[in-house]
Amino acid sequence: MLDIFDILGPVMVGPSSSHTAGAVRIGRMARTLLDGRPVRAEIGLYGSFAETGRGHGTDRALVAGLLGMAPDNLEVPNSFAIAAEQGLEFAFQTVQLRDAHPNTAVLDVTAEDGHRLVLRAVSTGGGRIRVEQVNGVSVGFTGDFNTLIVRHHDIPGTLAAIARELSKFRVNVANMSLCRDRRGGDALMVLETDQRVSPVTRQMVAEISGVERVTYYEKEAE
Amino acid sequence: MALDSMQEIFDAASAEGKPFWRVVLDTDVEQRETTEEASFEKMRATWRAMLESVESYEGERRSVSGLVGGDGQRMRDYAAAGETLCGPYLRDVIATALCVGESNACMRKIVAAPTAGACGVLPAVLVPLYRAGRAEEDALVRALYVSAGIGAVIGYRASIAGAAGGCQAEVGSASAMAAGALTALRGGSEAQIGHAVAMALKNLMGLVCDPIAGLVEVPCVKRNVVGAVNAVSCADMALAGITSRVPVDEVIDCMGDVGRRLPVELRETALGGLAATPFGKSVKEAMEKRG
Repeated sequence: MLDIFDILGPVMVGPSSSHTAGAVRIGRMARTLLDGRPVRAEIGLYGSFAETGRGHGTDRALVAGLLGMAPDNLEVPNSFAIAAEQGLEFAFQTVQLRDAHPNTAVLDVTAEDGHRLVLRAVSTGGGRIRVEQVNGVSVGFTGDFNTLIVRHHDIPGTLAAIARELSKFRVNVANMSLCRDRRGGDALMVLETDQRVSPVTRQMVAEISGVERVTYYEKEAE
Repeated sequence: MALDSMQEIFDAASAEGKPFWRVVLDTDVEQRETTEEASFEKMRATWRAMLESVESYEGERRSVSGLVGGDGQRMRDYAAAGETLCGPYLRDVIATALCVGESNACMRKIVAAPTAGACGVLPAVLVPLYRAGRAEEDALVRALYVSAGIGAVIGYRASIAGAAGGCQAEVGSASAMAAGALTALRGGSEAQIGHAVAMALKNLMGLVCDPIAGLVEVPCVKRNVVGAVNAVSCADMALAGITSRVPVDEVIDCMGDVGRRLPVELRETALGGLAATPFGKSVKEAMEKRG
């Protein structure tokens, strides 16, 4: 639901809330979920992002987000030069996707230590975004909440163990999803929470048997 | 309460003896589970960002296509020479709308209100009053609540996206928000705010979204001027006691309906209107050649 600061806002560098501000947020989400400094990014643009993205600075906005910038950072237009300074290589291409929203981007990002993240996200309008896939697993979160993303083995009791840790720390789950690639394979849990999830809580979750990786996106400050 | 209709806001205002802006603030406090102070300070920060978007204008900047830039400065210079047809306020309104619209096209910092494409309208009507000492900051922040409440109702009942409803949904909505804000700022009643909103939307009804090469440049920047000037006229008409014959919520619903009936070529796809003129097509080709 829209609140009055979605009507008067965001404060952003132009020219388009969907093609610029939303694109910065997508890049920033990818950096957060990568959980490490990105050194290489293959960026696929679909639909209107591919057709009018350059004129709207969508390309520069995505790279700015990967560098950790927020939508109101005046350096967004200069992101290509800053990426060169910081050792982030990137390449863009147009991609064809089936049944995709016209403002979709697919980011294949590699961190310093070599680990990769593939994120597919949509700019839904007014600077808002929705992440649709993480490493090929379907998800659906917006960054409107604090979001905990847990990659784990599909073994009984993992969900209960994670829920127990969160409840111990009085963290309320607002929305959640859990998907796996196959029975007994890898699973991805996305928990949107009302409260912040502290580093200690995240550590406790990470130590649960079967949990492989915990990443966390904290919603933008008011 | 939800901000679903103007009538609901009028009813809440009269039942609880509160002004329009206060109903919107209370709704925000309830929805986002925040405090009155935090909400007001967030709106103050929004106002200051709007002011900054005017003050940071630089006339030498040019947009990606090169089509936009410098007109805000041209209007300021012409206004300073004192030869304008309109008076001091309106000439500042025109210059400010151009400046902020151009800053947006040049990737400078603006406040989407309600969209980036229409970001010049609200600062255009409010900032000149502030700079001339005709309105205090707190009063302007309250006026922004009025505009946000109007925008929320339009977003809920119709649309504030050019892709869904054409330019009438972007600049038209911004103009209605600005007309209501000005009416409240000048001490107008809730009913007068409603009439100002209705008149502003009616005057821009049917306006299509036809950006050349799909960019937020031509005709977007100058349409911010028409949105702002229309808002001033409608606020003054409402304050004079002139009413909209069609009730405001019916006008908003009608704008949504007109938007749905607009062909897709005239809803931000850059396939019709000015985008489809020989000039519009030549800009698109030039952009594509540059890669």
